[in-house]
Amino acid sequence: MKFRTLAAAAALAVIGAGAVVAADEPQVVRQEMMKKVGGAMGALAGIAKGEKPYDADVVKASLTTMSEVGKAFPDQFPAGSETGNETEASPKIWEAMDDFKAKAAKLGTDADTVLASLPADQAAVGAALGTIGPNCGGCHEVYRVKK
Amino acid sequence: MALKKLLGGIVVLGAIGAGAFLFITAPERLPAETWAAAGEPDLANGERIFHAGGCTSCHAAPGAADDQKLVLAGGLALKSPFGTFHAPNISPDETAGIGAWTLAEFGDAMKRGTGRDGEHLYPSFPYASYARMTVKDIADLYGYLKTLPKSGNVAPGHDLPFPFNMRLALGGWKFLYLDEVPRVALASADETVRRGQYLVEGPGHCGECHTPRDVLGGLKTDLWLAGGPNPEGEGRVPNITPAEGGFGSWSAGDIASYLETGFTPEFDSVGGAMVSVQKNMALLPKEDREAIAAYLKAIPAH
Repeated sequence: MKFRTLAAAAALAVIGAGAVVAADEPQVVRQEMMKKVGGAMGALAGIAKGEKPYDADVVKASLTTMSEVGKAFPDQFPAGSETGNETEASPKIWEAMDDFKAKAAKLGTDADTVLASLPADQAAVGAALGTIGPNCGGCHEVYRVKK
Repeated sequence: MALKKLLGGIVVLGAIGAGAFLFITAPERLPAETWAAAGEPDLANGERIFHAGGCTSCHAAPGAADDQKLVLAGGLALKSPFGTFHAPNISPDETAGIGAWTLAEFGDAMKRGTGRDGEHLYPSFPYASYARMTVKDIADLYGYLKTLPKSGNVAPGHDLPFPFNMRLALGGWKFLYLDEVPRVALASADETVRRGQYLVEGPGHCGECHTPRDVLGGLKTDLWLAGGPNPEGEGRVPNITPAEGGFGSWSAGDIASYLETGFTPEFDSVGGAMVSVQKNMALLPKEDREAIAAYLKAIPAH
């Protein structure tokens, strides 16, 4: 009986360790980063469409998220992370790493530019999305494989 | 003696059968007066239908951007389980394109899949959807196509193995799968939903990718828009019926917004072959995107 409990505990520990490792995998890290940007886009779009009231703190936090991700994102594609964990990263990333990095960096610099003169009302947030939004598709169309 | 008779009978029956097949499945042309009645084309409506149909997605040169997409030079390779099709040049060039075609020739290709020389066209050109289009829209579209730049590019022919290289067999395919009947019967549909039905089932030809196909390449219409394996490679084409736990969680507003901006409700961006479709949909009037959304909320869930 005791042995069985022990074995079960050991099995659970292994599964748990597996989960911890998975969370650190670059594929998972970059997926989480993109989800954060998606959330930030959603917050800004809600304001731009008038579904949410203008909130300077939300605008600032959303743009800051995009700025940070834009800078850190290209570092999450080390050799060996081309496949696995349901990654949608295209092999083209590793064939044209410089262009890929430039595209990701542009999201960061565009967000910084908008941050420098924080959009002050609904219309300004809409205009900011017009600047930032095309970065998503511009990079995804080349470097993301939709499954 | 009896055997000889029997064999003779089989041969005769076979000949009758083959004759009947050819008769029933001969490439069809619509009566000339169909097209004569269309009148002067409305070019603005033609442009709207052009975007709804997404002609550029297949007929522009591969990789063409911006204004170059209006040069319908052809050449795109369309992979399928039956071989590789190549989109033809449909620019108004008189020799390389379709500039010398009459409206009736263009219309018969659109609604009956019959080529200029009276041959069967392959359903990779989605006439099984376009058959649902109005004569007026086809005439307006043709008028608009004639205003686009000419291209002298000669697109490669289809690359199909036996038996799919036999156009004669396409008559049988059409017999099975080509009709003008609505894909789904909607019990109560207002004007917006009906407009959406027309756009989705006709010019938009959404079902050509979003509906699974049987072994002969015909749509499984009982699974209308339920998604299926991606014929061009790995992955799946999504189910766009209002299925619980799936696309059903998108509101009509979400769908219309996605078609306009390319962003999903989670603010992922549109991907794969849908990228060029969405760019065309973004060029439609707002009410057309709303109509498509209303229709997609009204169809049966799978």
